[in-house]
Amino acid sequence: MHSSSEFAVEARELRKTYTQGKLWQRKLHCCALDGVNLALRPGTTLGIVGESGSGKTTLAMCLVGLTVPDAGAILVRGVNLQSLKRAERIGAQGEIQLIFQDSAGALNPRMSAIEIVEEPLLIRGQHTQRERRDLAGGMMEKVGLSAGWGHRRPNELSGGQRQRLAIARSLVLKPRVLILDEVFAGLDLSIQGQIANLLLDLQQVHQLSYICISHDLNFAAQFADTIAVMSQGRIVEQESAGSLSAKVQQRSRAISIRTPEEGSALAAHSS
Amino acid sequence: MRFLARRLAYSVALAIGVSFLSFLFLQLAPGNFFDEMRLNPQISTQTVNQFYKQYGMDRPIFTRYLCWLRSAAKGDWGISFAYNSPVAPLILARSRNTLLLTGTATMLSWMVVLPIGVISAATRRRRPWFDHAASLTTTILLVIPDLLLALGVLWLAVRTHWVPVGGMLSQGSEGTAWGQFKDLTVHLIAPVLVLVIGSCPILFRHVRAAMLEVLDAPYIRAVQAHGISTSRILFRHALPAAAAPLVSLFGLSLGSLLSVSLLVEVVMNWPGLGPLLLESILARDVYVVIGAVMSAAIFLIGGLLVSDLLLFAVDPRIRTEGMA
Repeated sequence: MHSSSEFAVEARELRKTYTQGKLWQRKLHCCALDGVNLALRPGTTLGIVGESGSGKTTLAMCLVGLTVPDAGAILVRGVNLQSLKRAERIGAQGEIQLIFQDSAGALNPRMSAIEIVEEPLLIRGQHTQRERRDLAGGMMEKVGLSAGWGHRRPNELSGGQRQRLAIARSLVLKPRVLILDEVFAGLDLSIQGQIANLLLDLQQVHQLSYICISHDLNFAAQFADTIAVMSQGRIVEQESAGSLSAKVQQRSRAISIRTPEEGSALAAHSS
Repeated sequence: MRFLARRLAYSVALAIGVSFLSFLFLQLAPGNFFDEMRLNPQISTQTVNQFYKQYGMDRPIFTRYLCWLRSAAKGDWGISFAYNSPVAPLILARSRNTLLLTGTATMLSWMVVLPIGVISAATRRRRPWFDHAASLTTTILLVIPDLLLALGVLWLAVRTHWVPVGGMLSQGSEGTAWGQFKDLTVHLIAPVLVLVIGSCPILFRHVRAAMLEVLDAPYIRAVQAHGISTSRILFRHALPAAAAPLVSLFGLSLGSLLSVSLLVEVVMNWPGLGPLLLESILARDVYVVIGAVMSAAIFLIGGLLVSDLLLFAVDPRIRTEGMA
């Protein structure tokens, strides 16, 4: 891609409606994305928060090409993905990688750690076998996994190590944008801190942009520069993390994500 | 090797357990071959009593079981009262015919079901009509009882004369080997068709379910995000992962080779183990019944052993546990 843009990735008027129901059943339509716009600058982090079913994961799936939006455009460094041929589109989409919430499920249990990290390179037919192995080993060390653990399978690694492995797999293609879909869920606090530090270090070194999807507004506010709040397939609020945290004290009634502190603030306000 | 030794020891113990239980239950069943003989006015009670003693029926059940075990170790599997000959040769000759029928049917069933099940699961979102059509067809086939299916095919074959029914070879077929092979093949068509139609729906559901479970797994979604092609997903990620339950199912298919076709053999008059077993049950020829049950059980245990070994070969996680 030769085009340049001030944004690493942009979504314009993304729409996606899921239809359920078999041939003989009444069709149910569920609008998951209803005209979503977002833009992410290189080296910044956008937090996306919202209740379950608000469309966060569908947005992530559309951005990485796992779901095809019904309408709208996704631009990677200014280039509309829909205007590209399939091979070019797959190449461009490699610049956006998704890290799943369930690290245990997102790693093929039959493959060794090194094979898992190598797989994206193999799929794209990049490098020789030896180069791929070296790159994968190097990437594992970069995320804090010993290259000697390459032969281990995911079930032989801890939750934090598996999440590191998932990060290594995503980084091996040298992406510009990482989508972190609830990556801290299910990890204890110390591991959450380690993974967050690792991601922040990697962001500095590689100028990565993050889209951090979370239920936890407090955590997202600490991790992200900007927060977008999604509700019913729309971004209903987008502000800098600091100002949104302050605002949420008064306006949390409009948002269904509540923290205990917010709840007590609301109770005090209403009394 | 330790895994193999452990599984072999387990299989032998299981076979001995099955033999004892089947022996016990058959001996405890009321009536025996000689009771039927006593009803025959042409045979004197004295003669019947002499036979009764000669075949060791007056001894305690445990002694009889030990005698049977000794006979099984010698390769006789007891003596048939009706044929007055060792059971093993009788069973062996019939088992060959049964295996020919069920082996062909099992092979064909898997050859039909594997591609349909995989395509059905893999294309359910892009081409849902294929999945709907395959699922509907198998549901219809699933509710048809095997007996009705066999009678239907028999009726069709008799009405149309497309394929011969009954027996393995036509009377007087003593031509060349090729001619006999052709004759055998056309005789196989009707019973094999019934067995394939009968087994396909269940196999299809298992293959489809195993593939669906794997294709919906997050790690498949993860590699899809890297732009992987459908064939690569299937052959590198999905099929090896779905293989474990299918290998177990294949082992069961192998294990039931001797027992799955009994009804079809009786209805279609195929000279396999089925008619011999039915005849022996009616005549209370217990050692033949035990021999048939044991052959089916040994096949089942062998099938399970084969599936365990195949699982050991295809699943690295089991290999790791097995080595430990």
